[in-house]
Amino acid sequence: MKRLAFPMLALAGVLSAQVTFDRILNAPKEPQNWLTYSGAFGSQRHTSLSQIAPANVKNLELQWIYQARSLEKFEATPLVVDGVMYTVQPPNDAMAMDAATGRIFWIYNYSPSPEARPCCGRVNRGLAILGDTLFMGTIDAHLIAIDAKTGRPIWNREVAKAGSGYALTHAPLVVKDKVIVGTAGGEFGIRGFIAAYDVKTGKEVWRFHNIPEPGEPGHETWKNDGWMHGGGSVWVTGSYDAESNLTYWGIGNPGPDWNGDPRPGDNLYTDSVVALDADTGKLKWHYQFSPHDEFDYDSVQIPVLADMQWKGRPRKVMLWANRNGVFYVLDRATGEFLQGKPFVEVNWMNGFDEKGRPMRVAGKVPSRDGTLIFPGNQGGTNWYSPSYSPRTGLFYIPTWGDYSSIYVKNDQEYEEGKNYGGGRPRSPVNLARPPLNTRKDGEGFGAIRAMDPQTGERKWEFKMADVTDAGILTTDSDLLFSGGREGFFYALDARSGNLLWRVALGGPVQSGPISYSVNGRQYISVNGGSSLFVFALRQ
Amino acid sequence: MRVSQAIMLVAAAGLASAQHTFTPNDIEDGGQLFKGTCVGCHGPDGNLVPGIDLAHGKLRHASNDDQMAAIIRAGIPGTAMPPNNFTEFQAETIVAYLHSIGNAAGAATTGDVARGKTIFESKGGCANCHRIRGQGSRRGPDLSDIGAYRRAPELEKSILDPDAEILPQNRSVRLVTKDGATVTGRLLNEDTFNVMVLDASERLKAYAKSDLKEFAFVDKSPMPSSKGKLSAQEVADVVAYLSSLKGVEVK
Repeated sequence: MKRLAFPMLALAGVLSAQVTFDRILNAPKEPQNWLTYSGAFGSQRHTSLSQIAPANVKNLELQWIYQARSLEKFEATPLVVDGVMYTVQPPNDAMAMDAATGRIFWIYNYSPSPEARPCCGRVNRGLAILGDTLFMGTIDAHLIAIDAKTGRPIWNREVAKAGSGYALTHAPLVVKDKVIVGTAGGEFGIRGFIAAYDVKTGKEVWRFHNIPEPGEPGHETWKNDGWMHGGGSVWVTGSYDAESNLTYWGIGNPGPDWNGDPRPGDNLYTDSVVALDADTGKLKWHYQFSPHDEFDYDSVQIPVLADMQWKGRPRKVMLWANRNGVFYVLDRATGEFLQGKPFVEVNWMNGFDEKGRPMRVAGKVPSRDGTLIFPGNQGGTNWYSPSYSPRTGLFYIPTWGDYSSIYVKNDQEYEEGKNYGGGRPRSPVNLARPPLNTRKDGEGFGAIRAMDPQTGERKWEFKMADVTDAGILTTDSDLLFSGGREGFFYALDARSGNLLWRVALGGPVQSGPISYSVNGRQYISVNGGSSLFVFALRQ
Repeated sequence: MRVSQAIMLVAAAGLASAQHTFTPNDIEDGGQLFKGTCVGCHGPDGNLVPGIDLAHGKLRHASNDDQMAAIIRAGIPGTAMPPNNFTEFQAETIVAYLHSIGNAAGAATTGDVARGKTIFESKGGCANCHRIRGQGSRRGPDLSDIGAYRRAPELEKSILDPDAEILPQNRSVRLVTKDGATVTGRLLNEDTFNVMVLDASERLKAYAKSDLKEFAFVDKSPMPSSKGKLSAQEVADVVAYLSSLKGVEVK
């Protein structure tokens, strides 16, 4: 009781105080707030709030809606700090709202350069905060510090050239006195990097080359001049482990996407997770999920950190459901490969060697006439946040099941700022279609799959008719919230997958839900279509 | 058949550029790009803009394939032709596709639009399921603007072999409700919990999946083949009629 009372008192004292790094580090201790993209540095997208529970979830009702002045995909995850919600209306309008009522405090309208041409929508996935400063990446590859009280810009740094195809779409990650971002643009022949900037000045402190240059370790995995336009983008937020001071990031596909001929070799560090020293950006370890990828299998997923009993002893692991269709467990201190099991149909590989390198299936490569590959180009999963519940011990994956593409390769010359794909995947799923679904099962369907990390086996599945781009939130009351392209937002029993509650939002859910509380009342927030919805229990 | 077709297409594509040869897949990709970006103004045969016939080299601003590919990418300032974010190769595949349809045409029998309309509405029985400008049934796809999207060889194929390609938006389903009623119709939309159909009586009906005993796709097209029922000339007439349908007239 005493231990509970203390943080409450401490919180009351800092109610309007700044978001110190210590608070972010201890985010799970203040579940009324949502202080980073994934809720905490471990990126479990799990809340210890439990007012909303299986017994009462049917009493959820709408509290407020914010209709964005934009028809672009609304992918941002909000931050919530002491009753104030911060989010980004696409493409790059940062805003502050009352988290209980939705009334707006301020909007910062940023107009990206006309040169910005992100591959897959003029999107933004959210903000980071430290002190009284918010940080936003923009689709024209700028990083902007914004005063959280007024919405006024403090500094604006050009991270990379928008005209060369670079963009920033993910929520930055603040570690200590640095704000860390990575560059998107993997379809435009960029050479991706991750960089840290001083939070006060915006000055670059370190830079990690996702594609090593001559003289750097890993460069030998690029033959010819392929490294110069090798891709290696970053477009979702990394994680951080304070004990090791490592920050973990998933790296995107090599370029050209669907034709590996100009880039013989494994193409490090594309399709890899990298563990970087947060102070220096130096590489501690890496693991490459898809060496020499030709299927656009970006390893742009959230690195989920968990501490669990593993084969009889406590172990600090990283859980990773990859776009390539395999669910991995890695040791996050060393990068050691512990386990990899497909969570969807996979035909490009059929196991691992003793070092954890995937064994390829002969002939399963893009070809002039097309090759059928499972999973297809959007992957078994993609950037949509998974969730890990320390209570159930299960890892929950937004999944595309029974989904394939026919991969066709073409010749392609690099041209600055232009698409550098080298082919085209033919997919039964029309990615830019209207909200009507007449697909058959064999053309891909969406699902939530609950996996046991200990075995890699599936515990249950909640199947949708249409595919999904929605993230997942789990709670200490054993609820799971997610949605899909159909526009439903629903609550499942995290232990059984049973549907407990649902609502039709009228537009696809293309973000991850969050939870927070204001004055002791728990809220659930999610974007559907162009709007942000907030629910709470009927009073 | 596939081989000879492939050789013909590659040969056609060879005209497009000295640097590249194009596989049938490249040309199909070019066709997809053309249909996705260009068809709205140029039409499925590339001849909808007055004075221009892209598939037969009738051009105003280009005198060879390289210039044509350059225009596809850069547009023509001061005209409705916008620039496009295609690679050089992609632009060349579009040109290759246009050559392929230009070469493939010609052989078809010439049809008569007026005769085709009569056959469509009487002997062919087409209007029993299809609707054109407010006339006919809604059970099949509305064809009021089919000529703006489908080329003559594609229309002919659909008439003679309707099962060969059924677009996802034209799929049929068969449902059996818990109280035993059987419903067939066009699937309009499906989600995890509901099915939306246009039933045989042209009613918009929604069913909760929890109220259904059975729900299955009908793999074959409900459309009968006209093979053996219409002569080659009659099919050509219907194709000519359908090709003339470019949408609802605005007055």
